[in-house]
Amino acid sequence: MSILLDALGWAFLVAGGAFCIVGAVGMLRMPDLFTRMHAASVIDTLGAGLILLGLLLQAPSWQVGAKLALIMVLLLFTSPAATHALAKAAVARGVRPELEESGEQPSKS
Amino acid sequence: MLLVLLLASALAIVRARNLFAVVVLSGIYSFIMATQLTVLDAVDVAMTEASVGAGISTVLLLGTLYLTGSEEAAPGHRPVLPLLVAIATAGMLIYGTLGIPVFGDPSGPIHQHVAPRYLQEAVEATGIPNVVTAVLASYRGYDTLGETTVIFTAGIGVILLLGMGRRARYGAQGQGGGMQEYLVLRVIAKLLIPFALLFALYVQFHGDFGPGGGFQAGVILAAGVIFYTIIFGLANAQRLVPPRLVEILVALGVAIYALVGDIGLLLGGNYLDYFVLDRDPVHGQHRGVFWVEAGVCITVAGVMLAIFFAFAGRRRRPDAKS
Amino acid sequence: MTFIAQFNYWVAMALLAIGLYIVIARGNLVKKLVGLAIFQTSVYLLYISAGKIIGGTAPIIAQGLAVYSNPLPHVLILTAIVVGVATLALGLALVVRIKEAYGTIEEDDIHSQDEER
Repeated sequence: MSILLDALGWAFLVAGGAFCIVGAVGMLRMPDLFTRMHAASVIDTLGAGLILLGLLLQAPSWQVGAKLALIMVLLLFTSPAATHALAKAAVARGVRPELEESGEQPSKS
Repeated sequence: MLLVLLLASALAIVRARNLFAVVVLSGIYSFIMATQLTVLDAVDVAMTEASVGAGISTVLLLGTLYLTGSEEAAPGHRPVLPLLVAIATAGMLIYGTLGIPVFGDPSGPIHQHVAPRYLQEAVEATGIPNVVTAVLASYRGYDTLGETTVIFTAGIGVILLLGMGRRARYGAQGQGGGMQEYLVLRVIAKLLIPFALLFALYVQFHGDFGPGGGFQAGVILAAGVIFYTIIFGLANAQRLVPPRLVEILVALGVAIYALVGDIGLLLGGNYLDYFVLDRDPVHGQHRGVFWVEAGVCITVAGVMLAIFFAFAGRRRRPDAKS
Repeated sequence: MTFIAQFNYWVAMALLAIGLYIVIARGNLVKKLVGLAIFQTSVYLLYISAGKIIGGTAPIIAQGLAVYSNPLPHVLILTAIVVGVATLALGLALVVRIKEAYGTIEEDDIHSQDEER
């Protein structure tokens, strides 16, 4: 049983790392500020979530597991707020999303 | 691998032109440094580097950029000589590292004289399992008094240069700036700020048994109030924590620390002697470390807040580029 | 074997050189202060690497642990970090005042304005 939990924990850790790489590639390849933020959010949710889940399964005691769960809750609260603030700041600066029909230039920031 | 990331982010800071990018990169650099310090078993130091380097430094740099403008001009001359100087310095120092003890060697001279005594005697003499806190507050308490005075001096210096931000105090409710009309940010702030302040108290009192202590707690306390200031505006924040209170806190911490030393003198021991503070020497150590760490926390929180209020309250001149 | 063993120190020296280069080669005052911060953190890395014992753990005395890393560099660097941020704050306050007095924070422009006076 503990072997199964350990293996599952390692699988989650590797998957979390893979999603972090996916998010990073997305951030580099996406054309626009807003699509890049969307790709970065993959890192915050799937990447961090799977890594924390993997650590939770390998945690030596329930106190450590509770702390990891609290960290995940904190991340779920703060990263959307940060993305929201970033998007608001970009719109206030005049950055607009690149839409197919309007033919606007993509933002390079 | 973390070390390679450190080098990469430092090189990116050299190359970046836009100062906002430089500030964000310096925050990334501080976080990677904090992780590397954790890998090297320096958990107290990593917590301090994360909160101070990635937290307060980024806030202060952004405050400065708001007041000064954020583009770096291209250099007028090719910096060949500085590059040669930097490479020569690095070369000489790397040649020097070939002579120092191998990394991680337990028989090096740094581990021979005082450190084993601290590790073996700290728990019986002071009753504090976190040896770093025991050394910082008890064995080397005099140095920490000097350090607290340095922080106090820096706070005074910034207040002298930039003022206390009092100008914003008389703004009407809701007009002191801030982002409170943004519903999402306001709700998140109201959810998170109490926990941040509670965490600061936890770090302060748990610093005897785990990573933590006065510095980290003071910085996290200041960070909670800075978060409040960013969302609700400087006027509301100064109604909550008036500049008079911040001035008192800046001086009070150092005064508490120095007073603990004086009480040691008055009770018949040396300056900053904790053994005489109670009938039982170990309880005397507990009492001394508690009050000393409280003093450090109060001064650090006060100074960080004073510096932030000074930057935030400075009126921006009209010719500053955005 | 020495190469891999001393890699921590070499990275610390490389970071020191990078910080030094930013301070002396770049003209923007804020960037110089960031370079100074990099310089300081490289010294933190140097000291903490010197205190690490392979196979040791964080210096918090607990049951069942025998080897601890050296706590003395941790204490010194804790002091250094907080003093570093105090210096950074004071430096940034000076930069703000320089900007208000000269209208620019580029070193070359400040020098040319001083020579004109």
